[in-house]
Amino acid sequence: MAKTPAAKPAVKKEAAKAKKSPATPISVPAKVAGPKKVHVHYLTRVEGHGNIVVDVEADGRVSTCRWEVPEAPRFFEAMLIGRDYKDVHHIVSRICGICAIGHQLASLQATEDALNINVSEQTHILRRLALHAENLQSHLLHIAYLVLPDLMGVDSILPLATTHKDAVLKFIAARRVSNEFSRLICGRTTHPQRMTPGGFTMFPTTEQLETLRGMLTDALSNLDFAVDFFSGIMDKFPKFERPTEYIGLVSPSEYAMYWGEIGSSTDERRPVRQYRNITREYMIPTSTAKWTKNQGESYMVGALARFNLNAEHLLPKAAAAAKKLGLKKGCTNPYLITIAQLVECVHTVEDSLQLTDELLARGIRDEAPAKASIAAGRGAGAVEVPRGILFHAYEYDEHGRIFQADCVIPTNQNHGNIQKDLDALVPLLSGLSEKEMELRLSMLVRAYDPCISCSTHFIDARGLDDQKPSMVQFNYKK
Amino acid sequence: MAKPKIAFFDFAGCEGDQLQIANLEERLLDILGHVEVVSFREVVTGHSDDYDVAFVEGSITRPEDEIRLKEIRKNAKVLVALGACAAIGGINCLKNFMAENVYREEVYGGSARWFPTYAARPLKSVVKVDAEVPGCPIDPVEFARITKELLQGRAPWIPDFPVCVECKQAGNVCRYEMGKMCLGIITRAGCKAACVTEGAHCWGCRGLVPGANLDAARIVMDRAGSDRKATQDLLRFFLGDTGAAL
Repeated sequence: MAKTPAAKPAVKKEAAKAKKSPATPISVPAKVAGPKKVHVHYLTRVEGHGNIVVDVEADGRVSTCRWEVPEAPRFFEAMLIGRDYKDVHHIVSRICGICAIGHQLASLQATEDALNINVSEQTHILRRLALHAENLQSHLLHIAYLVLPDLMGVDSILPLATTHKDAVLKFIAARRVSNEFSRLICGRTTHPQRMTPGGFTMFPTTEQLETLRGMLTDALSNLDFAVDFFSGIMDKFPKFERPTEYIGLVSPSEYAMYWGEIGSSTDERRPVRQYRNITREYMIPTSTAKWTKNQGESYMVGALARFNLNAEHLLPKAAAAAKKLGLKKGCTNPYLITIAQLVECVHTVEDSLQLTDELLARGIRDEAPAKASIAAGRGAGAVEVPRGILFHAYEYDEHGRIFQADCVIPTNQNHGNIQKDLDALVPLLSGLSEKEMELRLSMLVRAYDPCISCSTHFIDARGLDDQKPSMVQFNYKK
Repeated sequence: MAKPKIAFFDFAGCEGDQLQIANLEERLLDILGHVEVVSFREVVTGHSDDYDVAFVEGSITRPEDEIRLKEIRKNAKVLVALGACAAIGGINCLKNFMAENVYREEVYGGSARWFPTYAARPLKSVVKVDAEVPGCPIDPVEFARITKELLQGRAPWIPDFPVCVECKQAGNVCRYEMGKMCLGIITRAGCKAACVTEGAHCWGCRGLVPGANLDAARIVMDRAGSDRKATQDLLRFFLGDTGAAL
């Protein structure tokens, strides 16, 4: 919004005030231009519904600063109760259209942990590929379709198709590869059908894997272009530093995505089954999604958290991309989550090439899914999905039906951190026009790539701690 | 001639259907050459209430959703239900078979009363729906075809025969021959029997085929040895808002 004439005297008044009492301990920014209001109802270019509500008073005091999540709640954890173990991952897949594969994988891990199903090495390789395909697809969507328009000063990718046709076509081509990648491994990109407890129901052929290898090699050159392109516009990312706690999977041997322990930048490592000691969910009235905190007031999950925890395990091309983009371990600028995603895209393709070669060398076998031994039990699973660490934990009854379920979604874990970032950022921006403030705040939330439909069903996992399986304690939190 | 204005909206759902549209990639640019997108929150900043065709994803799950949907209906010349949640209620209806206090407390514990909710339902139980793009997720190619037909001013066609027809064409072995359950016998075709082809079975996501014989379907499932609980589970998966659910 343009400055109103009435706002101008306020500036002078403020400046005069500031001169008179330079020692005032209240941190009033020098350039406050009257009261400001940024109310973003249904933030665009994010998945799901979120609002930013910020009010800055004439004296620069921030009277309101809220990240709200008004998405309709969907009650997935309740919908799982009583469902057969073979259907569970198909239901949770519907939590999110973008992270369907990640939900299926975390779900299958939890089910297999609970029902003592041991899957083959080939299944693990195929599942790793499936996870890579989805991460690549989601990251590219975020980088090119959701974030890039802000950096280029337009409101969507569509105008860029005219002004930067070459670049846009390369991004689209890379994304097409990620979709095709997903199709070859999982059969479909959204809510795929091939994965099942114990393994897969259908396998890619040798020819398909060879096609995949060719496509991934092509994708690397498109990603090289993307890295060059972004290294030329790094100055367009706002400067804002706020250290926080970073949480993600860690492994001694690899850039952990598919399994590992829960690592933190400020806390000890924990096995996945103890996830509730980290996630500590709580609720606030302005959000149908639950929030989490661990050591500090909030923590971050996602590409930047993973990078900060695991950068030394990046494969060579990804490490080179990080260097070119100037991304260093210990980065505390949340706007650069997008850049960490780009580095991960390169890593993902490199690792997928290695996995594909391994599969081709082993020869793909048409194997039946491993059998389950149905008995009451509980289990937990965790995978790194595009937006961060995702936990699913289930308790099954003696018929292999869900007795209770808990899913902790990455975006839920980030909501608290988004709020704390906004709290720290708003006072720094009070010298900007409302329009610029709105853009900076929207860009900050967008950087987290929030997946809000994912985040609004979650939960209270009663009793899934590490004690011996016991049928049910209905002890609700608070 | 001015390009028709289209808008996308979503209620309770996973937004996977809008993602399918984004996944049309280069073809999306072709479609966009013939329309003006005035609202597509997931991809574009900016919004206008002036539109001809509204594509609406997701189910209606709370009273306040009805107000917003009726507003969309008022603004749009054509309202299209996008995907299973919007067209038939879909997976959101699973909660309709539980007591409300149970599912509320299951998820939100002691704070269960903070947020309004009621039984999930498809768009057509609140407003008139002019066309639907069925499926969970939708088939992007079918979406493109239906959109084209709408833009040409025709009533879009969707298959009125069961999945079994396409399943035979795909050369699959019938799940019932394998001693498994499958809803292809009562489900609207158009998906090329995608789930069966991939080694699963039909879940019914495209809704009931016109004239589906539910009594016969239950007899087939009983004869195949499915226990009532398994049959009930399957019929509630996507068809919870239809007469098929037990």
